[in-house]
Amino acid sequence: MQTTGKKKLGVSGLLGKLVRQQMFIPLAALLLLALFNLIVDPGFFQVSLGYNNAGNPVLSGYLITILDYGSELAILAIGMTLVTAASGGQDISVGAAIAISGSVILRVLCGRDSRPETLQAPIIVAFLVACVVAMLFGAFNGALVAYFRIQPMVATLILYTAGRSIAAWINNNELPIISEPSFAYFGGYIPGIPVPTPFFLALICMIIIAIVLRMTNLRLYTQAVGINESSSRLNGLNPELIKVLSFVILGLCVAVAGLIKVSRLSTINYSVVAKDIEMDAILAVALGGNPLGGGKFNMTASIIGAYVIQFLTTTLYKLNVQSDALPAYKAVVVIVLVVLSAPTVKDYFAGLGKKLKSQSMSKEVG
Amino acid sequence: MSSTNKTSAEKMSFAERLKGMSDTNLLLTITIVIFFLMYIGAIVFLGGGFLKPQAFFNILNANAALIILSCGLSLVMITGGIDISVGGTTALISMCCAVYLDFHGGNVPVAILIALLIGLAFGLVQGFLVAYLDIQPFIVTLAGMFFARGMTTIVNTNPFNVENEAFVALKDTRITVPGLGSVNKLGKYVPAYVGVGVIVALLVVIVMFCVLRWTKLGRQFYAVGGNKQSALMLGINVKRTKFLAHLICGLLTGIGGFVYFLYVGSGSPSHASGAEMNAIASSIIGGTMLTGGVGNIVGTFFGVLSLSTIQNIVSSAGLDEAWWTGITIAAMLCLFLVIQSLVMSFKKKA
Repeated sequence: MQTTGKKKLGVSGLLGKLVRQQMFIPLAALLLLALFNLIVDPGFFQVSLGYNNAGNPVLSGYLITILDYGSELAILAIGMTLVTAASGGQDISVGAAIAISGSVILRVLCGRDSRPETLQAPIIVAFLVACVVAMLFGAFNGALVAYFRIQPMVATLILYTAGRSIAAWINNNELPIISEPSFAYFGGYIPGIPVPTPFFLALICMIIIAIVLRMTNLRLYTQAVGINESSSRLNGLNPELIKVLSFVILGLCVAVAGLIKVSRLSTINYSVVAKDIEMDAILAVALGGNPLGGGKFNMTASIIGAYVIQFLTTTLYKLNVQSDALPAYKAVVVIVLVVLSAPTVKDYFAGLGKKLKSQSMSKEVG
Repeated sequence: MSSTNKTSAEKMSFAERLKGMSDTNLLLTITIVIFFLMYIGAIVFLGGGFLKPQAFFNILNANAALIILSCGLSLVMITGGIDISVGGTTALISMCCAVYLDFHGGNVPVAILIALLIGLAFGLVQGFLVAYLDIQPFIVTLAGMFFARGMTTIVNTNPFNVENEAFVALKDTRITVPGLGSVNKLGKYVPAYVGVGVIVALLVVIVMFCVLRWTKLGRQFYAVGGNKQSALMLGINVKRTKFLAHLICGLLTGIGGFVYFLYVGSGSPSHASGAEMNAIASSIIGGTMLTGGVGNIVGTFFGVLSLSTIQNIVSSAGLDEAWWTGITIAAMLCLFLVIQSLVMSFKKKA
């Protein structure tokens, strides 16, 4: 792909190099969005320090909203990037899986009573149970993909269809409400810290995945499986295991996102919670310039992509777009992105660029 | 392994041919057998409700649109692709037709035209992106689905019933089925009936079956789905064939969308939610392979019937809570996917 044989330095060469960088797309999109908001209303960037109902100092403003809601997306983007790279497909059941893990957390915390005065179990226990459940569902998806060779998106369609029903079934279709204030810290603010907690949770996830990617061979193995499964098998890897592993890691990410989601409301709405979040997570991976057909991946680009998506969502909200109409705008963004990154279109533009170059060259000669 | 190697080459090829031949038919047979077993089981365990002819025709009436959508989807799946935008497009079509009929005083023929054009537009764009730009069909149609759902809300937010007279007359048209009927509680003979949509759905099934079975184009769809490389070597225009599959699927979505609209008679952003999952599940249960090249429209027809019979059984068995439907559909989908996968690997080993 990269034909940087001739060392030609110039403005156009430098620009071309910049454009070819994977980080270019998300950062350019971020810049464009920021510029758009600056022109429409500079008040978008205002951040003010206020006090919430509990009397704790909190930062508020559109940027903080992006940081807050973008974080759960960033957590999902971590897992989705790995799944995309290993299996060459995407998991469309993350929204339903979040509903399940959120429902599990509430079920463990509430016990038999749906409106308990005190928590029936420590929050950490509930979270760990949710982690195990989410990882099991991830393993189920992964097994269908790896061992039964079903396309990832179709295999996860099963959980997508059943997930919200299972979530409702776990709590007997009741809506448990947690009155314990400390439970709300995970999706809100820890007293004394004015930055929303989801950001810290996302930070922890990012640090863990960064350490894992650096210390282990996960990156190499995942990319090897994604690029060529049979040759990775010939090299002694176990492609099935790595695919399942990527789905299990996504399950872990889903459990964290589920904790944030239920903590925000202290309750759950099975049919609405994390609705359409799979679209955003896939979009984050695509925006990060990762090939959706599997292979190489860039985790940082995906995470930045997630925040850019949230930036777009918040901008649309600010322009008074109804929440139900949001998908239409995002779908247009997806289509533009995938069309631009399609090999056929890339080749066409490359051919166009060469033509222009040769024309200018001939002009110079003439 | 060594024992299979020892068998004569002729025997091997015969066994292979047998397995190759029975691929489509085997899955079709499984589907039909399961459907009849389920229906008989429902009659035995859940009593006489299922015995009335009208019970069966009600399933047809309620699922006419799903049959048409599934036919389009099966076609795309036979070529190795997938289309998950059919549910969203159906909602968009119902909303557009409803708004046109009620707010703009439109007439029915133009509403049908609108439905077909919307369906064709989706098929055209998605087909172009999938076939000529080589973008993954799932991503393209996922975007299509979200676009359609979003647009439905933009067209109109609130659900409402259509009161256009010509439309309501068409909606309430009942076509009696000769020779079938039942005696109701008052001792009066009530003939069984079907709606207009069922006739359309049956026509679509017949036409699609004939096209796939006996025309050159139909065989090309199978060839492209079975093996793209060899289809190309046979001189088939693979890109055009894929494009046509999406275009026809779009057209059928247009027809199915209008039939759905005819059945519900209203516009709402939440219409046909999950219809794409039901359509995919029906096609898979009907024996269409996700990997392409294998499938049968008759199987799809029975797939829809099996799925809706299961739903009826679930709701009449007293498990009325909404979540059971989702779980049973997913369980059935899972079962059939695994069966397909096993059949495929079995065939590969043989």
